[in-house]
Amino acid sequence: MRLDYPVNIKIILVPCTGKVDVLHLLRAIQKGADGAYVVGCLEGACHYNEGNLRARERVEHVSRLLEEIGLEGDRVRMYNLSSGEGPTFAAYAKEMTEHIQKLGPNPLKKWAE
Amino acid sequence: MIVAQRKPFEEIKDMLKVYKKVLNVGCGTCVAVCLAGGEKEVDVLNAELDMARKLEENPIEMGAITVERQCDREYLETLDSIVEEYDAILSMACGVGVQFLAERFPHKPVFPAVDTSGLAVNQAVGWYEERCRSCNQCVLGMTAGICPVTMCAKGLYNGPCGGTNKGNCEISKDQPCAWHMIYERLAAQDRLDNIIAFYPAVGWKDQTPRTLIQPGYKTEDSAPEN
Repeated sequence: MRLDYPVNIKIILVPCTGKVDVLHLLRAIQKGADGAYVVGCLEGACHYNEGNLRARERVEHVSRLLEEIGLEGDRVRMYNLSSGEGPTFAAYAKEMTEHIQKLGPNPLKKWAE
Repeated sequence: MIVAQRKPFEEIKDMLKVYKKVLNVGCGTCVAVCLAGGEKEVDVLNAELDMARKLEENPIEMGAITVERQCDREYLETLDSIVEEYDAILSMACGVGVQFLAERFPHKPVFPAVDTSGLAVNQAVGWYEERCRSCNQCVLGMTAGICPVTMCAKGLYNGPCGGTNKGNCEISKDQPCAWHMIYERLAAQDRLDNIIAFYPAVGWKDQTPRTLIQPGYKTEDSAPEN
């Protein structure tokens, strides 16, 4: 499809979003990422039944942890789409990038070097 | 299993506010199984503390180690060579582990990172329900396997009281009456004579810390020094 999406996004592949752990998201922010989002399959369509539902719970948990320590909880988000929705993937990437740009840089970035 | 839940983050952060280098010690047994204080929870808490203190421009260096059990001397030994590098110790074990750690390193401030809730069963992933208060005077044989100390709001040994209400306790419609459950189960087993028997109240008063030495093991006098 050769779709464009923001170049600042770094993709980390996982076999299922159920593999994404609280610590993976926390570490991303701790190491200076401005935001992190998880893109899972549509709810109800997980090959492993509930991987994407577990991922959502973890994202929401990390969001609460970030609020607790004084960062914006919305720096982490969960999106869902099916594997055939390339344009939606690009749209979510653009939406997340614009959203994070509004929040501004991660204040922990200066400690990450 | 002993279950615990992590203390509120603000409380933990406040306990450590004057320290710059803290060792977070997890426990790999009960609190690891109930997802409160094992290796992963140590890493999550350390990441949180690290980020929170950096945001306050007052960084803290967090060490991490998880021992098999903090209630066993042999596992605490592994900490002997490293605690001196730290200003304080944070323990993610139950209250037993925290105290044993503090006993072993009396010159180091030791802080608890979890609130110990009790002895519980695992109903589903991450869901625990208390079943035992370790009263040391078990009556489960007479109460059809339902603990009145834990399950009755008043901890009555002879119930039900006047507050029983169609199977529920007077404190909440969501709280079943323990003695109603005991009655139902004893009736089903045709053992209702048990509910008529009178049980002396548990001897809670003048409680001192209990020591248990299983038959055939060492005497209390032979317990090793720290």
